[in-house]
Amino acid sequence: MKIYQGPIYSYSIAILVSIVFVSFLLALFEIPIFETYRLLLTGSLGSTTKFGDTLMVGVPVIIASASLVITFKAGLWNIGVEGQIIAGAVAASFVAREFQLPSGILLPVMILAGAFGGAFWGLLVGLLKVKGGVNEIFGGLGLNFVATGLVVYLIIGPWSRKGIASTSGTEPFHQNAWFPTLEGFRLSPLAVALSFLVVFIVIYVFSRTQFGLKLRAIGLNPDSSYRFGIPTSRYLLIAFMLGGAVAGLAGVTQVASIHHRLVPSISGGYGYLGILVVLLAGYRPSLLVPIAFFFSMIAIGSIQWQLRLGLHSSLGGVFQGTLVLSVILISAMRLMQQKRKKYSKVGD
Amino acid sequence: MSLKLLNITKRFGTVLANDDISVEIGEGEIHGLLGENGAGKSTLVNIISGSLVTDSGTVELDGNYLDLSSPTDAIESGIGILHQEPLVFLPFSIIDNFLAGLPKSRDFDRTAVRDAISEISQEYGFDLEPDAIASTLTIGERQQLEIARLLWMGARVLILDEPTTAISEDQRENLFATIERLAASGMSVIFVSHKLEEIQSICNRVTVLRKGELVDTLAVPCPTSDLIDLMFGGYEQSTPQSQTVLGENVLVLDAISAKDENGTIDGVSCRFSEGEIIGLAGLEGAGQRILLRSISGLTNPFRGTLNFGGEDISHYPYSWYIENGFHYLPADREGEGLIQGLTITEHFALAESQGAKTIDWGKSTQLAEDKLQEYAIRGTVNSKPEDLSGGNQQRLLLALMPANLSILSMEHPTRGLDIESAEWVWNELLERSKSGTTIIFSSSDLEELISFSDRILVCYAGGVIGDISAKSTTPHDIGSLIGGIRI
Repeated sequence: MKIYQGPIYSYSIAILVSIVFVSFLLALFEIPIFETYRLLLTGSLGSTTKFGDTLMVGVPVIIASASLVITFKAGLWNIGVEGQIIAGAVAASFVAREFQLPSGILLPVMILAGAFGGAFWGLLVGLLKVKGGVNEIFGGLGLNFVATGLVVYLIIGPWSRKGIASTSGTEPFHQNAWFPTLEGFRLSPLAVALSFLVVFIVIYVFSRTQFGLKLRAIGLNPDSSYRFGIPTSRYLLIAFMLGGAVAGLAGVTQVASIHHRLVPSISGGYGYLGILVVLLAGYRPSLLVPIAFFFSMIAIGSIQWQLRLGLHSSLGGVFQGTLVLSVILISAMRLMQQKRKKYSKVGD
Repeated sequence: MSLKLLNITKRFGTVLANDDISVEIGEGEIHGLLGENGAGKSTLVNIISGSLVTDSGTVELDGNYLDLSSPTDAIESGIGILHQEPLVFLPFSIIDNFLAGLPKSRDFDRTAVRDAISEISQEYGFDLEPDAIASTLTIGERQQLEIARLLWMGARVLILDEPTTAISEDQRENLFATIERLAASGMSVIFVSHKLEEIQSICNRVTVLRKGELVDTLAVPCPTSDLIDLMFGGYEQSTPQSQTVLGENVLVLDAISAKDENGTIDGVSCRFSEGEIIGLAGLEGAGQRILLRSISGLTNPFRGTLNFGGEDISHYPYSWYIENGFHYLPADREGEGLIQGLTITEHFALAESQGAKTIDWGKSTQLAEDKLQEYAIRGTVNSKPEDLSGGNQQRLLLALMPANLSILSMEHPTRGLDIESAEWVWNELLERSKSGTTIIFSSSDLEELISFSDRILVCYAGGVIGDISAKSTTPHDIGSLIGGIRI
């Protein structure tokens, strides 16, 4: 008997496994199972406001995961994505604070500045790797701490609020530096459009351009790629810069459409969440939006668990984590199966 | 005490790596295992040391049948192996290296291990300080550490797998003295090498393998030419197939020296003319690989000049070489040649990009389909290299080559290929040569070298010691040169 074992098969099994696991947890604490799942759905999709909130939470996750697809495909474990988000946020905040411009000019400049900030931070990780031989995981992690430190320094130092020594954040930006929102919603069409645009560009780059194909080639086999004549070091640096630039945009949306100022935890852990999304998507950019949206559904919906059932909202995190682990586990098992098949073929 | 191998057979896919090998090694004997790369030496020692399991055949020690399904089984039966790169835990002290491999049956007793280390060191003249960190030891000392550890674990048979590759002359003398002392105390030693003079100087007997078969076992010392005949001989004199009329020199190497992880060449001078086919003969590691990589721009020589079209190109970047019609095809077709995970269409899209920014998948798919047909590759446009057989991988690599090449450097064009693919590859290469491409290839198959080369260069220890016309030579002459004997 032949069973279709493509990605859909793994996802359905994985979702089933995580639902069973979470249901088991709920049952263990005698919590109504169906009510819990119903609240998750109504809490995230039940009204236009809630739907808008869910979409809005998805924005930074989508952008961060799009950034990670670029570097992951090139074989780079860009854990430094958090730092690149922060660098983008800092650069955009700088523009918002320093320039008194009308919205139509200020917002594009903030977006550009954020991209440059993120690209610069990404380039640092790349240079450490390519020129200094520092593994990008360690370089990225180190620079994440530097970026966090920089933000805290700015907030209590040069950018501190007048008369208040507080780590709660800078003065709010002038209204011109806010992404416009729909009347009565927290949803900013500009932020959502930006995230969709980024995903579209990443899809295009990896499906239609030589650049994307070459990055993938390097990620799969740098030695052969070099023999093919691809300048591997240069491409890796560009991958870091591009990834950083995109991550920087996530930082821009954080300061310009959510907080409207720079706060210490500006990246909100969305970079790490993005890693989960990319792993779940198996590096396929076309799957980023639905998966990120599903994650935001859990994040927003699980608020209702706290309000209505008195559950700690971290249960949502357990759900997400279980999901990712099951998908990875099932993919790994499939790979092992294929390998075993290949070996047994050789042995014939 | 004796180690007896009976009818050992091991097959990998279609390749018979060990074909019915039987040999007996006596107490106190130093037994050489000689053969070219791919002859089956590694497979055989991996079977004896428990890393591979035989398809059929048995290993007996002192008349007892051994069940060797893991390296632990081997060492518990008294068979120890010293790998080419000693497998030590570098950040650990010597004493911790001993304890890390502690058999379950023994107590974790530092004092006892410390005593054992000094006792063994004293007996064999090793210089092992128990608390020294392994990373501070030379390769020679790491070998001593491994040998001492294997003795402590109770090894009575010791396998040394090409132990002299990475050590200095002094260290080699020390090692040989140790091996002789071990043999004198009754240990059976298997000494794997492709260096003839080492086999001659230390072994009592030698077994020669060729293409998975045991050719003969001889008492040593014996005439070196006999060993070479056994390693390489055994085929009919074939007629050369390439009849290039030599034109102008296109590429002239003048005293080129290069060194990297692929080997060393020192002061190599040679010239190549248009359309010529040049075979590089030599033992594995004699310098062919780095010579080919230097010619194709992947490794820049640190001394000497590479003259191409009146220009010294020895310091130019690899991209320059690609633009000027240089091409390199490696022996490791999956590891360095093709890209696992990319489809055949994607390979063609990469190879035929010619500065385009976007990809026309329709065109690339069409191109891939045409090339699959033209090069008779068994696969589809969506196949990936890992789905193809070795022969089809090589055809794909040839199909991916640009149309007009000036210099093609190639390692082992037909290694591991079936006869049909091998013939096909050479037809393609001869066509290329006729259209003016200079082809420089390495091979360990003398018949291939003589059949297809115009000229054969023989590499030995990083130099070229012979430059002979393929039409007026014999396998025996080339074999002697390969072994370092000048004619």
